Amino acid sequence: MKSLFKLFAIAAVAVGLGAGSASAQIKLGLDSSPYPPFASKDASGKQIGWEIEIGEALCKAMGEECVWTPIAWDGIIPALVAKKLDAIVASMSITAERQKTIAFSDKYYNTPAVIVAAKSSSISGDPASVKGKTIGVQVSTTHQNYAQKHLKDATVKTYQAFDEHNADLFAGRIDAVVGDAIAIKAFLDSAEGKGFEVKGELTDVDVFGPGVGVGMRKEDTALRDKFNAAIKKIRADGTYDAITKKYFDFDIYGG
Amino acid sequence: MDWSWLPEYGPKFIGGIWITIQLMVYSLIMGMSLAVPIGLVQVAGPRVLSWLALAFCTVIRGTPLLIQLWLIYYGIGSLFPYMEGIRESWLWPILREAFPYAIFAFTISVAGYAGEVMRAGFAGVPKGELEAARAMGMRPFTVLRRIWLPRAVQNVMPTLANECVFTLKSTPLAATITVFDVFGVGTMVRQETYKIYEPLLFVAGIYILMTGVIVLLFRWLENRVPRPRVSSGA
Repeated sequence: MKSLFKLFAIAAVAVGLGAGSASAQIKLGLDSSPYPPFASKDASGKQIGWEIEIGEALCKAMGEECVWTPIAWDGIIPALVAKKLDAIVASMSITAERQKTIAFSDKYYNTPAVIVAAKSSSISGDPASVKGKTIGVQVSTTHQNYAQKHLKDATVKTYQAFDEHNADLFAGRIDAVVGDAIAIKAFLDSAEGKGFEVKGELTDVDVFGPGVGVGMRKEDTALRDKFNAAIKKIRADGTYDAITKKYFDFDIYGG
Repeated sequence: MDWSWLPEYGPKFIGGIWITIQLMVYSLIMGMSLAVPIGLVQVAGPRVLSWLALAFCTVIRGTPLLIQLWLIYYGIGSLFPYMEGIRESWLWPILREAFPYAIFAFTISVAGYAGEVMRAGFAGVPKGELEAARAMGMRPFTVLRRIWLPRAVQNVMPTLANECVFTLKSTPLAATITVFDVFGVGTMVRQETYKIYEPLLFVAGIYILMTGVIVLLFRWLENRVPRPRVSSGA
């Protein structure tokens, strides 16, 4: 009886070890709400977009297997810290505030933030022009931080998802939206976005940081080195440019 | 556990609690005033109104509140650009805000559920009491005001207390349409400090306290209303 128990114990340990080494899949977290053209789902439910392809190229360059895990944006950093994810590949800007909690790879793209309003609106990139207006931003983004820091004379409304503030901009409930230039371009190109245009680019390195990086737990330094090497590799061997060409007519890596 | 964020966000929580109370009180008052006629017509007719009331209750009770809220806020919102002159109208400052939509959605929800409760309440009043009132020479409206409605409310008091608690716990949905209630403030703390456990615990504690107040209030009300006693008559 005792030896049988021992056998079970050994078997259990062996299975445990086996599972440990086989589950080398890296869990990549992405925003569960669509963020085209970076990440969205096609009609069949498959993840598509520039960032999805880049993420997969990075995994290939690292020689690792990756799985995508969609998570609501506001829970994505806590999920990483709680080890439900291993890396965030979700257009997350590298900021000092976030670096208190997590670490980032080098940037893999950097696009400007813009303010968008109706074509007839007097709003411009100048913070003084939004006095008394209502501005929509997505919650826990650098855009929200910018609005809170520079657009104090405006009422800032925070939305849970990017497409929700676009819906309210279209409905006329807010006068302008502060967001990422490329993500907003998809809205401007849609039927709803026809009456709107980019009013100005917003700059503040303290708020927006150097760009977008892969977010990781601070202690996972080996993984960070791997991601950095992979970013260098796909930039050098043309993979990055080949993917970018499919989505954009300019280099979104930034200066 | 780390509570160092509490002093910084304290004032925001007070603002959030105030919004939550407003959401609950307004929708309960307006919802209950609708629930009384909705319950009554289902018991007393006329037939057409009774069918309409039944249809209303079925639709409201048959669809998730979140969907109703979003249909009312984002659904109606998506129609605004096609309505000529709406942005120049006097209604626009109200239509722009999210708060009135939340109140409206919660009001019809209360009306739907409590309407059904009131129907049962009205139906449960013994016929003999109403007949006696009529025999005393009371007009139909006087019967309703003095006998039928008070007795119906008395019947369903515990259920109505439940309804109030239920409404309180529906209010966090308003945070999904940019209304910053106490849950919205808790969410903001989570998003800005990346702490999850403490803000959620704190918000849960606030809801427990508020529920406690509602329960005590109804206890007090129930004790004030004399219980019907079976008496053989003196």
